[in-house]
Amino acid sequence: MVELYILLILMIIGSVVALEVKDLLSSVVALGAVGLGLCLTFLVLKAPDVAITQLVVEILSIIILIRATLKKGLPMVATGGWAFPSVIGVGFGVVLLLVAIQCFPDLPKFGEPMLRVSQHYLDQGLKQTGATNLVTSVILDFRAFDTLGEVTVLFAAALGVLAVVRTRGRKKLEQAGAIADE
Amino acid sequence: MMIYLLTMVLFGVGIYGVLRQRNLIKMILGIIIAEHAVLLFFILVGYRLNGRAPILSPDAPITNMVDPLPQALVLTAIVIGLGTTALLIALAMRLYGKYGTYDIAKIRELRG
Amino acid sequence: MSKERTPGMSVIVKTVTRLTAWLIMLYGINIVLHGHVSPGGGFAGGVIIALSFIHLILAYGKEMVLKKLSEGLVEVFESTGALVFLGIALLGTTAGFFFKNFLPAGEPFHLFSAGTIPLSYIAISLKVWAGLFAIFVALVLLRIDKEQG
Repeated sequence: MVELYILLILMIIGSVVALEVKDLLSSVVALGAVGLGLCLTFLVLKAPDVAITQLVVEILSIIILIRATLKKGLPMVATGGWAFPSVIGVGFGVVLLLVAIQCFPDLPKFGEPMLRVSQHYLDQGLKQTGATNLVTSVILDFRAFDTLGEVTVLFAAALGVLAVVRTRGRKKLEQAGAIADE
Repeated sequence: MMIYLLTMVLFGVGIYGVLRQRNLIKMILGIIIAEHAVLLFFILVGYRLNGRAPILSPDAPITNMVDPLPQALVLTAIVIGLGTTALLIALAMRLYGKYGTYDIAKIRELRG
Repeated sequence: MSKERTPGMSVIVKTVTRLTAWLIMLYGINIVLHGHVSPGGGFAGGVIIALSFIHLILAYGKEMVLKKLSEGLVEVFESTGALVFLGIALLGTTAGFFFKNFLPAGEPFHLFSAGTIPLSYIAISLKVWAGLFAIFVALVLLRIDKEQG
């Protein structure tokens, strides 16, 4: 699977660029490239549902991120102290990789999944639900509680954003509304 | 196993961004990158070599298909990640309105 | 953000937006309705419909869009979507357990098949697009200048 390796290495390079560039707008653009690489990887791994959702969600989150960083006179990013936090960061990465190397032989080999529960979903999906998209039958019929939880989380996120934005007194809101907008 | 290690490296880059950067927006970018790595790992575990997408078509029979269960979980997780990003950006914009900077060292000094 | 006092972007952007905004919304509705036959579903379709409205706000400025579609109406849509989804789940209890698929499963590959799955997807898409549009309008209306005090 050569294309998988190429896409993964492109994603790693893009994410390193996104975190190290001094201008904020350029780093948001690099994050868009990482998201596009992820969408292409999902297509290579035969998951079209997930690829469509990842593409449109990536577009929306780039729009929201640009809204936060597009201002005049935003100062350039300063880099902090050199030696000690760098050593801790790289040391954490090395420890993570060592523990991961110990754990990965227990996983099934790449390309042969253990389908214990999913074999039942693949066999009985069309008969019990009548949907020909088997991922849909898993989301909305076999595992519908998770979808209910996700709808609740989206609701709570929208409420949270509205609560954060409107914590102003009424006088300030009228004053802000009287000034001309951007 | 090499593919799993590369996914862990991507996760490590994201966490390194959260620990080491001084700008709030870069920390949020680090969280987003770590989340991409975790979703990629889920779909990699459920892949079958020379498999088909889990969608029936009128002519092909049900032979080897990839695992549909991690795809359902990842579909939910992507939309939840969008909600988390929106809430973090709203908090960062409020902090910028109050302190005038995105630098966390300066925000620690100006205890308003 | 622009030097002139007219809100929104230039004339070219406004003309092209008038041609493409309804196309994007129609494509989103197509993906939602065919959720049980081809890949897509309610989540991706809801985000696409929200993107078409955001396209209008970015091109024409926020006053012209918010005059036609006020924030109260958007919040009514969001609550309606969540309540319809919960209602479909509770109606399943009359036929067996919570979330049971009680409508008949028709023949495969038809549009009206698979029981309650298309209805659930329509409710989910209502909730997703209204929620994301409300988040975006709230973030646009938040002014990022320094407050006093």
